[in-house]
Amino acid sequence: MAQQERAREKAFRAAPNLNKSPLHGLWALTNRDLIKWYKNPIQLIISLVQPIVWLGLFGKAFNIAALFTSQPGVTQAEIAAVDLGTFGTTSYFSYLAAGMLAFIILFTAAFAGMSVVWDRRFGFMNKAMSTPVGRGAIVTGKVLQSVVRSLIQAAIVLAIAVALGMDTANFSVFAIAGTFVMLFLMTFGLSSLFVMLALRSSDWQTQMAIINLLNLPLLFTSNAMLPVKIMPAWLQTVVRFNPVSYAVDGVRQMLLGSGSAAAAAAGYSVLAPLWVDFAVLAAFAAVLSVLGIILSWRLLSK
Amino acid sequence: MVDSGGVVVDVESLSKTFGTLKAVDGVTFQIREGEIFGFLGPNGAGKTTTINMLTTLLRASGGKAVINGYDIRKQPNEVRRSVGVVPQEYTADEDITGLQNILLCADLYGLPRNDSRPHAMELLELVELQEAANRKVGTYSGGMRRRLELASGLINYPKLLFLDEPTLGLDVQTRSAVWRYIRMLKEEYRMTLFLTTHYLEEADSLCDRIAIIDHGHIIKIGTPDELKATVGGDIIAVGVAEAEPDISADIAKIPLVKDVKKNGNEYRIKSEVGEESSIQIIDLVRSKGLHVTKISLTKPSLDEAYLELTGRSIREEESNKMDAFKQRITMMRARR
Repeated sequence: MAQQERAREKAFRAAPNLNKSPLHGLWALTNRDLIKWYKNPIQLIISLVQPIVWLGLFGKAFNIAALFTSQPGVTQAEIAAVDLGTFGTTSYFSYLAAGMLAFIILFTAAFAGMSVVWDRRFGFMNKAMSTPVGRGAIVTGKVLQSVVRSLIQAAIVLAIAVALGMDTANFSVFAIAGTFVMLFLMTFGLSSLFVMLALRSSDWQTQMAIINLLNLPLLFTSNAMLPVKIMPAWLQTVVRFNPVSYAVDGVRQMLLGSGSAAAAAAGYSVLAPLWVDFAVLAAFAAVLSVLGIILSWRLLSK
Repeated sequence: MVDSGGVVVDVESLSKTFGTLKAVDGVTFQIREGEIFGFLGPNGAGKTTTINMLTTLLRASGGKAVINGYDIRKQPNEVRRSVGVVPQEYTADEDITGLQNILLCADLYGLPRNDSRPHAMELLELVELQEAANRKVGTYSGGMRRRLELASGLINYPKLLFLDEPTLGLDVQTRSAVWRYIRMLKEEYRMTLFLTTHYLEEADSLCDRIAIIDHGHIIKIGTPDELKATVGGDIIAVGVAEAEPDISADIAKIPLVKDVKKNGNEYRIKSEVGEESSIQIIDLVRSKGLHVTKISLTKPSLDEAYLELTGRSIREEESNKMDAFKQRITMMRARR
């Protein structure tokens, strides 16, 4: 009897009630990846180098105005009109800066799948799978950490672009809020896509190959760096099927006023009306995230 | 109090097929409340596959299993909530601290926040990691990481704990520490434990009952003593000074003696109770006017039982790593 008493003393306290909501653990999973990210600022700095190099070197060197000023008898007004008609803004640098916001989102989202691969490799995925946490929460956590990271990085890129001389004439609270809603939809869809592609993979070489296979084509078949107008007709068609194009188009309309009557009069045509840009991206994000959750139920268990 | 007759794990003809490979081929066993049950077998025998099915990481291809009253196929979330799992590999995140790792597990189980911190500290203390609680896991030694895995597996107050090769690759001190924790969980916390191992001495010293598993089949289930008894008794070796006369037939008449072999000046005698027979044997030898030069009594070990049951020594099996490797490759391919 004495021994039984001792055993009772040693026993753990009674188990408390567990939270059985399908979303429990979602924040814990998201936060785990975020802690690892902000505790290691090198990663953030390196990921910002590329868009800054593009902006600072390419954006500044690709001075469209200089091409025309070398011609005799061309006035500043004429140059501005050509720029406005081609880019929807008189500054190529500002045009590229909007594209760079999409660029940083795309390149951050592409690596969302990598942490799935690491977690599979190091056994954390198995640990999580042996707990009652929702399979959908595992996938959504991976998507959310990528969304948070890419939006923070986009904000930094935007601040740097402004510091380097981006045209802020059209900036307003609504324009900036709208821009981040647009970028949110874009990164949500892209992160879901890349997480989905990584669900069954435990091999990071394959994952790197997938990232490289999709990243640059998604970038170059969009309007992120060059106007659609100067592309060959077949490429213009491809651009219309690339969700990145709609995000960039929407961001330019909001931040640079490229949808203005003046730009239209100068010959610039937007890819789609602003509400269509939002609708396309909302559909893209919704379809891919739902698909990701459905696939997680099937693919995460063996 | 504890109902020792309660069945907490009830497995019937459970199987798992990867492509053409039958990793687990219809295993049937029961685990009773409060016991330490062990799966003993070489690498690739199907131990981890079985544990992965029971902890709902793998879908079973056939058969059924009920854990704590929940069906692994129909109620996987109830099974997950009610058991603890300590996997073979190190699953803790190296970039965050030991405490953060356990708290993360607590969140994954849905433990209330006001409970998880004191419980996590309690468990870290149990495995003697309280000093290292706020250090990154990357700085932990192998033994510390193994202990952290054990603590993480206990965070959801399980009454049943699964341990997959809990001492694989550990040094002697850490291994005996892990054994101490396992015994403590059974004796002081009244937990039921299911562990897999390919170390005979581990199965022998820890487990109340052992299932010997090989090529996906359970060959025999029993207490360590029952398994040893399959060898057929204790072995008594008696050396005599004189090779003649042969008194084998007389020795065989002694009660409890089962078998006698003469080899030169030595008799090898199998007896059900070696201690009793050996005295009678000495008396007999002396009464025949012979002189005993030496005598030894060997209790059968699990080693010999394993050899008797599977026809191979487990160490032999271990040395045949290439086969196990090939099998693992097949399984990995099949899983994709």
